[in-house]
Amino acid sequence: MTTQAISVPRPEAGSGDGPRGRGFGSVLRAEWIKFRSVRGWVIGMILAALLTIFLGAFAAANANIGCQINGGPPKSGKACLPYIPHGPGGEIVTDSFYFVRQPLTGTGTITAEVTSLTGEHANLSSGPAQVGSSMVPGLAEWAKAGIIIKQSTHQGSAYAAMMVTGSHGVRMQHNFTGDTAGMPGAISAAHPRWLRLTRSGDTITGYDSANGTHWTQVDTVQLTGLPSTVQAGMFATSPGYTVTQNSFGGTSNNGGPAQATGVFDHVSLAGRAPGSTWTGTAIGGGGPAEGGPGPGGGGSVPFTRNGGSYTLTGSGDIAPVTPGPNSPLPTVTIGQSLAGAFLGLIAIVVVAAMFFSTEYRRGLIRTTLAATPRRGAVLAAKAVVIGAVALVTGLVAAVISIGVGVPKEENSGQVLLTAPLLTEVRVIVGTAAMLAVAAVFAVALGAILRRSAAAITIAVVTVVMPFLLTALNVVPAGVGDWLLRLTPAAALAIEQSIPRYSQVTAVTSPVRGYYPLSPYAGFAVLCLWAAAALALALVMLRRRDA
Amino acid sequence: MSTAVQAQPAPAMATAAGRRASLRHALHAEWTKLRTVSGPAWLLLGLAALTIAVSTAAVGATHCPQNLTCPVDTTKLSLTGIQFGQAVVAILAVLTVSNEYSSGMMRVTLAAMPRRQAVLAAKAILLAALVLVAGAVAVLGSVLAGHLILPGHGFTAARGFHPVWLSYGPTLRAASGSVLYLGLIALMSLGVAVIVRDSAVSIGVVLALLYLFPIILSFIGNEHWQHRLERWTPTVAGLTIQDTTGLRSLVITPWAGLGVLAIWATAAMLAGGLVFRFRDV
Repeated sequence: MTTQAISVPRPEAGSGDGPRGRGFGSVLRAEWIKFRSVRGWVIGMILAALLTIFLGAFAAANANIGCQINGGPPKSGKACLPYIPHGPGGEIVTDSFYFVRQPLTGTGTITAEVTSLTGEHANLSSGPAQVGSSMVPGLAEWAKAGIIIKQSTHQGSAYAAMMVTGSHGVRMQHNFTGDTAGMPGAISAAHPRWLRLTRSGDTITGYDSANGTHWTQVDTVQLTGLPSTVQAGMFATSPGYTVTQNSFGGTSNNGGPAQATGVFDHVSLAGRAPGSTWTGTAIGGGGPAEGGPGPGGGGSVPFTRNGGSYTLTGSGDIAPVTPGPNSPLPTVTIGQSLAGAFLGLIAIVVVAAMFFSTEYRRGLIRTTLAATPRRGAVLAAKAVVIGAVALVTGLVAAVISIGVGVPKEENSGQVLLTAPLLTEVRVIVGTAAMLAVAAVFAVALGAILRRSAAAITIAVVTVVMPFLLTALNVVPAGVGDWLLRLTPAAALAIEQSIPRYSQVTAVTSPVRGYYPLSPYAGFAVLCLWAAAALALALVMLRRRDA
Repeated sequence: MSTAVQAQPAPAMATAAGRRASLRHALHAEWTKLRTVSGPAWLLLGLAALTIAVSTAAVGATHCPQNLTCPVDTTKLSLTGIQFGQAVVAILAVLTVSNEYSSGMMRVTLAAMPRRQAVLAAKAILLAALVLVAGAVAVLGSVLAGHLILPGHGFTAARGFHPVWLSYGPTLRAASGSVLYLGLIALMSLGVAVIVRDSAVSIGVVLALLYLFPIILSFIGNEHWQHRLERWTPTVAGLTIQDTTGLRSLVITPWAGLGVLAIWATAAMLAGGLVFRFRDV
């Protein structure tokens, strides 16, 4: 009896193939066999995938949009959507403004002095805007007027523009996503802004100046594929005016139409075709905002000329469409189809925590550690097995969720804000990876606490609660942002598919798919938590008796 | 032998007095079990500490600047910690049952107390009583934090904010309702744990019940479904008991909301009781 007990370890310890040398592979295999031979755990993982898909599909069964166009028959779903322009980069954009233009062939320069930018917006002081309610003076943050060189009058065509804005100074923007700051400060008759765009081939350079003599270059951009003849001129537009109040207990968003009026002086276009004159066009319905009687409302004239001075009034925006209540379209992001991952997460965390803590309950841990005295290897093997299983489960669930959810959302009349292919891959794989790392976190917690219930609660609450508290505005926005930076919930940032555009007023809440950290930084935060938990688990495992 | 013979008549006189006696014995036994391990005491302490800490942090982080109107429900804000405290309650409730199953203690318990309904009733009564006591401490601490801190952060009576104190009717309702809320969460979790038995799976199910519905709600745009879910989910409906402003815009009145949670708790306990009665240990 004793001889056997002694003789068994000896050959293993002596040869290179001993417990140390037998290798991580066999420990891994042992853990994999443990996992797959417990029916409940396998069922738990399958359940995690099914629940994720079901919940994603349920969340996608979103508002079915109905409409009635010009007294016609009531329609619903896709039929309600207007024409949706796509920018040169493929993203969905808003391209509505009032455009006073002339054709420009070959090289040329357009210069203008903007002497005034004013605006009106729907009266929001007494609650949400009503149709036909009066307009009051006021400028939206990103109301804009300036000069533009655009490929054509088609919505979504390439452009570069120099502009003055409501409260962001002079900007040079191009192709909807590009935005460079120029001179800061508000504009007035005493402090006008001179703007200039020079076109040479497909390169456009923007300059600004306070006096028309000393010019500063703001930026130079390439508009690939710009034809020889383009449209150059002045424009004015304003996105809807919104008042957002983020507070405890809810975000209130009041919005209404707005318009901007720009006054231009000293307009010159060098290189224009002989004999052409300024023509006014409302691009994408971007004329003055519809409103009731009131100062400037309703019967505004989009374009007047008084000697060398031009006055333009327009509404709309030239910008990418972002998710949220300020969006002109009912939008969804692919992250929204992955809402079910929260449910999948709970199921996966339950299995992962049990994967370690059950060994303590059943006493199996003593056998495990007798077979593999290197405790670190056991912990690592468990983490690898559960991480890999969670990754595969998450990947299958995420792909099916999107495959089921996205067509459903589109049929209900919502616009999916597409992202570049690599971004969409990152969102899908990232969601699966987030589940995998959360599973590793839970395994480590299971090893530290040796109790499933506590480990599961900590893993679920630290990932789910920060999102919940921020999404439901239970905590102030500032606190919520810090929660989503520091807690394991930061990893949800991996699901952000639409970048935060500084040139668009958007409600950047996590429910809309915006997170305070960049996708990979947020994911790294969860990885750090998991690594810290693993390290602590290793120390505890080594120190404690099994 | 003689004891066995003497024990025989006990089921025969299954009268009201006999039931009371067995419930009293079960209560005594459960109380002994609860107080002789350190876990429950720590969890109850944790419930109070976590709730008060989170509430104080939420209150401390909220300011109402001079020139702005702040649509803040100060009472609800002061009770933010309940959102976390309920997780501790869930752990406690789940462990009172699942620990007995995992250690095999349940067989001893049921051998000693064959009247299973009495065992479950004793567990429920003790758990609810302990959670109500600890919950009352947690809620009082939270309300006190709001009472002391909020006026200094701009939420003064001069600007139309009611003081967060129990003398104000709606705050009293919110505070006492929050204590009851925790008690009902405990019973719902207990019912789930009796059905599921395993601690890990039970806690997963309970956490999903507690936290998942609000998340689904935030993603659903369909107003019909949103309205329906808000009225019938245990936490969203139950926590309307904390609302003291904008009561007209609530989807369900506060007490009715708590009633919805009571329905969930009752359903879980009834299902748990039936399963417990007819299932092998």
